Amino acid sequence: MSQTTAVHGEKISLLRVLGPSHIWALGVGIVLVGEYMGWNFAVGKGGAIAALIACWVAGILYTCVAMIDSEVTSTVAAAGGQYAQAKHIVGPLMAFNVGLYLVFAYTMLEAANAITLGYLVQFVGGMAGFEGVHDKPFIVLTIVFLAWLNYRGVFATLTFNLVITAVAFVSILILFFSMSFQGDSLLKHADLLNGLPYGWLGVLAAMHFGMWYYLGIEGTTQAAEEVRSPARALPLGTMTGIITLLIAATMTWYVSTGVMPWEYLGQAVTPLFDAARLTDSMVLMVLLFIGTIFSTMASANGCINDASRAWFSMGRDRYLPSWFGAVHPKYRTPYRSIVFLVPVALIFALGVPLDQVITFSILSGLLEYTFMALNVLMFRKKWPLDMIKRGYIHPFHPLPAIVLLILCTAIYFAVFLGYGTQLAAMMAFYIVASLWFAFHRYKYVRRGAQFTMPWPKPRGY
Amino acid sequence: MNNFQLLEYAAWALSGLLGLWLLFDLLKTDRSYSEEFLTSSTEGDIDDVFVVDPTHQGGHK
Repeated sequence: MSQTTAVHGEKISLLRVLGPSHIWALGVGIVLVGEYMGWNFAVGKGGAIAALIACWVAGILYTCVAMIDSEVTSTVAAAGGQYAQAKHIVGPLMAFNVGLYLVFAYTMLEAANAITLGYLVQFVGGMAGFEGVHDKPFIVLTIVFLAWLNYRGVFATLTFNLVITAVAFVSILILFFSMSFQGDSLLKHADLLNGLPYGWLGVLAAMHFGMWYYLGIEGTTQAAEEVRSPARALPLGTMTGIITLLIAATMTWYVSTGVMPWEYLGQAVTPLFDAARLTDSMVLMVLLFIGTIFSTMASANGCINDASRAWFSMGRDRYLPSWFGAVHPKYRTPYRSIVFLVPVALIFALGVPLDQVITFSILSGLLEYTFMALNVLMFRKKWPLDMIKRGYIHPFHPLPAIVLLILCTAIYFAVFLGYGTQLAAMMAFYIVASLWFAFHRYKYVRRGAQFTMPWPKPRGY
Repeated sequence: MNNFQLLEYAAWALSGLLGLWLLFDLLKTDRSYSEEFLTSSTEGDIDDVFVVDPTHQGGHK
């Protein structure tokens, strides 16, 4: 399928070319790198069993996120995702903050992925016997190449993501089945599992990194304005995405904790690749190395897509200079936002340590999930089910929102235990940004024109 | 100079080329169209929201 250059009269818009599989690729693509690396730091915090508890508790958190997101997004189908939801349901100040959470969470995650990819190439160069190898050329190339791909059109970008994400996911499946069904199994859970070495406090501390299994699945909503059938494709792509991740996360934990002691696993850089190395199978080693590279690229690629849509939407509503709200007439992408965020990502990737970048990304995500719980409570109260037709209605309301709030509170505490200074710095940044918006920027915002949903007045107004 | 250094130079060169292409196309596009047209996008085609698989719309054939 080729992208057309059609322009509707005097107006221009993003191109509606995506299907449910692209939504799956966007959501899972951003997240799957968390299975290949990062989740295992939860093992270091509280042991292998704590990491499994964190995996499933975070799984409940993200299932709530996916359910809530699917309902609200199938109704507020606009680029910007949670930013657009906040604008319509809560108000401008919340929307501004949510927009910033999104841009920072995705841009920092993109930077973290580029750092990791650079490290992997450097590692391979070192293994091959080369001396004085550098990671920076490959960090820069990753960011610039993926920005170029995003600039050239969303269909090619997310089709590319679909292929490399599928390869990365199938690699995990192959590793799991080949290790689980060997005659003389390599898996030694009975010998390696050692309960909870740091007790339940270790479990709480592990929650911080338990989020890595799923962080970013909510990014599916950013494609709302480019998908052919938002009411069908967004819930379908998001829900199949979270199911995929629940399966991949549990398999990853099972395989890794069965072959590596928790003392090693808790600080490993590439745990799945290490598990493949322990099989002595060259095919599995190559497959999992490719999976690691592909998952990292898919994540960075999806992050560029999502951060640029959020930035673009804020520009379009004049929450930021309207210059950012431009669409490319040929490629139909938010081209200025894509280009603007390249140096931002490069600054984070080249100038900030990896753990700081990751922590700021997690914190921005956590703030976003807290908003989502409050948002859906307000949405159901202001516009009950009989007032607005939804493409998807999530069950058991308000239980998912309450569970999400409780789990977010627990994870704030977990983050505070390990990264209290960063948490305080992040909060201070958003407070200053909010003051800037309220006292300076708000006068430029399109007050009435930004509300595009043909909804009745909310109940009680 | 070893092969890996060549690879590093190739990465720098490719990054530079792609970056220049992005800037060149951005400037060319900005000069070829009016600002009003480039920023004329409006949020979501709301009428499409509840249409399942609208194959007649938006460039999908």
